[in-house]
Amino acid sequence: MIIRLGEAFLRTLGKPLVKFLYSLGDLTAFVVKAIYHCFVPPFYFKLFFKQVLDIGFYSLPVVGLTTLFAGMVIALQTYSGFSGFKAESVIASVVLISVTRELAPVLSALMVAGRIGAAMAAEIGTMRVTEQIDALVTLSTNPFKYLVAPRLWAGLLVLPLLVLIGDIIGIFGGYVVGVYKLGFNPANYITATFQDLQYIGIISGLVKAAVFGFIISMMGCYHGYKSKGGAQGVGNATTNAVVSSSILILIFNYLITEMFFSR
Amino acid sequence: MEKEIKIRIRDLHKSFGKKNVLNGVNLDLYKGESLVVIGGSGTGKSVLIKCIQGLLTPDSGSIEIDDTEIVNENPDIIDRMHSKMGMLFQGGALFDSLTVWENVAFDLIQNRGFNKKEAKIVAIKVLRQVGLTEDIADLYPSELSGGMQKRVGLARAVITRPEIIFFDEPTTGLDPIMADVINDLIIESAKDLGATTLTITHDMASARKIADKIAMLYQGKIIWYGTVKELDKTTNPYVRQFINGSSKGPIKVEK
Repeated sequence: MIIRLGEAFLRTLGKPLVKFLYSLGDLTAFVVKAIYHCFVPPFYFKLFFKQVLDIGFYSLPVVGLTTLFAGMVIALQTYSGFSGFKAESVIASVVLISVTRELAPVLSALMVAGRIGAAMAAEIGTMRVTEQIDALVTLSTNPFKYLVAPRLWAGLLVLPLLVLIGDIIGIFGGYVVGVYKLGFNPANYITATFQDLQYIGIISGLVKAAVFGFIISMMGCYHGYKSKGGAQGVGNATTNAVVSSSILILIFNYLITEMFFSR
Repeated sequence: MEKEIKIRIRDLHKSFGKKNVLNGVNLDLYKGESLVVIGGSGTGKSVLIKCIQGLLTPDSGSIEIDDTEIVNENPDIIDRMHSKMGMLFQGGALFDSLTVWENVAFDLIQNRGFNKKEAKIVAIKVLRQVGLTEDIADLYPSELSGGMQKRVGLARAVITRPEIIFFDEPTTGLDPIMADVINDLIIESAKDLGATTLTITHDMASARKIADKIAMLYQGKIIWYGTVKELDKTTNPYVRQFINGSSKGPIKVEK
């Protein structure tokens, strides 16, 4: 009886485990193949620049608004939390550190994952279910080089630029609240910001952005490429791309922070 | 003199999970000949064509194109084979992000060193050959009707003057008149290029019109092979049931 129960338990445990390991292996094979094709010609520069526009330029408004309000709210929260200790002067520093190290890279990446990761999965997924990817192969064009590589390069290179702009807008958001709402001296606020400026904070944020950009593009391409079963399959691919890239962004955010700042 | 074999398929097997789709297919396609593979839905016609194209890897068996084995071969060999082939997909499979002429000229621009201006001229010429006018060249595929999309797909398949052309259900989803127009275009294009063609369809009118030889695929095997004349005389109960479109006979369909 106990043996039978044990067998049933292992079987229930085994099926999802095997499925999970299969998916992990499939993803690993896809990632290795995709990275290989990023470095092997032909390179499709026109498609790369199109992706740069899509991921970078057209994401500017959403990233700008996100980081602006993130910087503003951090200034306000810090003031309300620390004013009892007469610690208004730390606001500039807190805004700087939280925006450059965490808020700008993480929030921008999550917004771009929602905007671009979903679009990539939907576009490539539709190409898969309407046989356009098969058509590419029959036209002697490698889909990894034509579809995946330009998106991976664009994600990797453009997200740091977006985050750099996000850093500036976020800090400006803190400045606006500090000066116009809390009544700080503008010159003192700016001086405090520059005094606390640490390259390691900015660099760690940009490294995070590059990794997040790569994750967003990879997940968008992977789930799109593997989608099947018509409109529902494409819908699932889109959801999976956004959910998996968001989770991976948060996991890698911790790992990179640990790498840079743990002592 | 014995005819030259362009594609030789031997004992081809392909399964998906527990489902055996191809179960030992043997088939020869002779140079310059038009072979039509008929069979019901889900009998493995599309899987067969995808295996020949290298889009799916068979579990076992052999596919030789011009005496070169392509199963489990290096991607370069398969790529070299693709340059000899053209394919008209069932739904057209036109790239939505490109205009009509960019779709047609895709291979010329990406792989054959044509500049855009030259490629557009050639694309428009081929579009005319399939009965389309120049003014649709700059439209996107979503702006065309189903029949026009098939013609554009045909233009894309023949623009590089391939030696072998595959047609996947070329008349599905078209009205009978448009289907006949597409059949005529397929015959003309193949004749013009001297190409070897492999068509899969369940449209018997189309099969009769374009085939030199017909093969019937059932339960993953070729169960009948012959000419159109032989098709009408055959006593094979499976073939008779299929060409008569009857629900009664040895082919059982799940209701």
